[in-house]
Amino acid sequence: MSSAFASSRTSGSEIVKELAFFAVIALLMSVMILGVETVDRPTGLELAVRWDLVLIAIGSTVIGRLALIIRREGISRLVQALMITLAAVCVFEMFVRFRDMDDRWASPVVLDMAVGSFTSIVVTVCFLAIVFAIAYFSMKEKSAVVVDESTKISSKIQVAYRSNTKKIGLIGIIFFFIFPLIFGENRSAIDLATLVMIYIMLGWGLNIVVGLAGLLDLGYVAFYAVGAYSYALLSQNFDLSFWLCLPLAGIFAASFGIILGFPVLRLRGDYLAIVTLGFGEIIRVILINWYDLTGGPDGISSIERPSFFGLAEFSRRVPEGSIGFGDLMGIEYSSMHRLIFLYYLILILALVTNFVTMRLRKLPIGRAWEALREDEIACRSLGINPTNTKLSAFAIGAMFGGFAGAFFATRQGFISPESFTFLESAVILAIVVMGGMGSQIGVVLAAVVMIGFPEMFRELAEYRMLIFGAGMVAIMLWRPRGLLSFRDPTILLNMSKKEKVAGEAK
Amino acid sequence: MDWAYFLQQLINGLTLGAIYGLIAIGYTMVYGIIGMINFAHGEIYMIGAFHSLITFLICQAAGISGILPLTLLLMLFVSMVLTSIYGWGVERVAYRPLRGSFRLAALISAIGMSIFLQNFVQISQGARVKPMQPLIEGGITMMKSANFDVQLSYMQIIIIVLTFVLMVVFSTLIAKTSLGRAQRACEQDRTMAGLLGVNVDRTISTTFVMGAALASVAGMMVTLYYGVIDFYIGFLAGVKAFTAAVLGGIGSLPGAMLGGLLIGLIEAFWSGYLTIEYKDVATFGILVLVLIFRPWGLLGKPEVEKV
Repeated sequence: MSSAFASSRTSGSEIVKELAFFAVIALLMSVMILGVETVDRPTGLELAVRWDLVLIAIGSTVIGRLALIIRREGISRLVQALMITLAAVCVFEMFVRFRDMDDRWASPVVLDMAVGSFTSIVVTVCFLAIVFAIAYFSMKEKSAVVVDESTKISSKIQVAYRSNTKKIGLIGIIFFFIFPLIFGENRSAIDLATLVMIYIMLGWGLNIVVGLAGLLDLGYVAFYAVGAYSYALLSQNFDLSFWLCLPLAGIFAASFGIILGFPVLRLRGDYLAIVTLGFGEIIRVILINWYDLTGGPDGISSIERPSFFGLAEFSRRVPEGSIGFGDLMGIEYSSMHRLIFLYYLILILALVTNFVTMRLRKLPIGRAWEALREDEIACRSLGINPTNTKLSAFAIGAMFGGFAGAFFATRQGFISPESFTFLESAVILAIVVMGGMGSQIGVVLAAVVMIGFPEMFRELAEYRMLIFGAGMVAIMLWRPRGLLSFRDPTILLNMSKKEKVAGEAK
Repeated sequence: MDWAYFLQQLINGLTLGAIYGLIAIGYTMVYGIIGMINFAHGEIYMIGAFHSLITFLICQAAGISGILPLTLLLMLFVSMVLTSIYGWGVERVAYRPLRGSFRLAALISAIGMSIFLQNFVQISQGARVKPMQPLIEGGITMMKSANFDVQLSYMQIIIIVLTFVLMVVFSTLIAKTSLGRAQRACEQDRTMAGLLGVNVDRTISTTFVMGAALASVAGMMVTLYYGVIDFYIGFLAGVKAFTAAVLGGIGSLPGAMLGGLLIGLIEAFWSGYLTIEYKDVATFGILVLVLIFRPWGLLGKPEVEKV
């Protein structure tokens, strides 16, 4: 929607022209990539045509565009919601047909679903109703005026959030602490929560670099990899325990941060981004090719699991000279003990990250990070050494990445370069940016949205990443500054925080 | 030193470099005009490769693949047109609403777009590697040495000549036409250009379309040269092409080409004389060195720091 159109009503023929234009665009975009499939045959590639997909693509584009036009022209939101529902049904059709490619030219899937049994009718109607409801309530009555990201409701939420940050944080912590008590027997829930927690920790670690110091790091996964491999190698080659390796992994990752950061930190913005991306790839290439040390693409397997602070083991068959966790606690052995222990371990590691970050923000070094983010030249004129300040942010961020990596290695028991691709860096960065840079709770929210939801919809299989990518774009378009946009400097001159919040809400 | 071997690596490097250079131009133009890394550009190149492959298969099914020049022209034309529309669409959907907004938002949106396009092609065309029989075979033997013949294949000649022609055409387009003038004006000051009657939105769209067209040519050349493509080729090529653009000095068209050629040569010589496994490390290592000593790239202008 461009505001240029908003001033006057468009005539009917112009609308038709606009629709035709987008129909042609949709046709040209889908005619080959969607309309023709390349099929592998022993004799070579062959073609299979599927015009139905092209038709659906054009249909959904036209209907979607029509919904936008109607919205622009300020017609009732009932019609808009109907249009959006139709477009959604079209997209749904396309997904389902992708999956069952055999019955070409079959009747529409939604119709098929509805003419089946009673339950399927109910399911279909519910599906349509939900889409319709979402469309209806997300619409504004007459939106000829383009509304910016700060609508009234969301700014109310912002104010409520800002004045209750501590309470929300506390509730969050309590929730995460009692989570295993609620889902104690549910293995997949604990696994998922642990995974989300790893990303929360990585997000908090990267937040120091990106959110506080304002350095765009596209290769954060390198430090994660360094942490994971240093734990795996130390434990396999020198037989060191997890509790000894954890700090070592952090130190290794931090020194890597310093070594990598030293030459490149005077670069600015996008140059830094591309160099860090390069470093991430270099680390991965080395991991793949240094076969003698890292096992190459095969990775390192059967990495030692952590013990209960060196006091007890979690395995069923306890080795000589140590006791099982169940025996120590006087409870029966259960394979869940280790999972829950791992969950609490990463929870505490993540909270340590958060705590350290919050404290660092109040120290001179933290102030210097934020000042540097806002204005580098001013900082230099005030005597802050930019290189050392940036380097410290880089190293501390890397250290937490290293801790998370060591935890990842001990949880999985197997690591390979596959786990440390650019996609991981992108996901972690997306978590930080979507959370609202510098916002600690935002990172939690974004990690749950980005990691939790896609994992829950595992059955979507290959569509998961497709929707993930589209979701990243959609969230950024919806809230460019992140879900909880929040970038006040920690201290302000002559203004208490509450006043500032109240002033912004007006 | 074996000069024949050296010459062969030089030829291979130039061919590869020409391809990187063509992709790099898209990065450098977009960065010059709106100051963002178009992360989805590598995927545009991959889509260009798929378009040309499918066009070829259609030609084959229609029985006109025997007429080689016609097939090649069709591949070039269809792939350029269809892929440009993807470039246009990506800008329209993912970048235009975020223009003037927070800088990182556009970057994340670009990364999201890249993931989306990659998976879109993976789902619609399958994850397997797509092979294609060589269309243009043979070449010229340039030099014979004791144990080695230097081959310059016709395909390599086509790639280098086509790249050269496209470079000349696009440089003229930017230097001489009113469209190019509008682009340069937007690059210097978007608001001012808009005030003086330049249609900024259209100019930016055109820039994306031009970049996508060049990337699609690169995609077609890779399809013909290597004969295998898959949905994943966009990422690494994209990163390397961006490296090339930064190396040459971002915002500079000849710089992008020079950077591309350098990256191609480094890769070819590194794999020819040292180890093939670490060629990517060499590429990024050179990038780091250049950025440390000459952050504005080889042909770029140093940016003056303003308060």
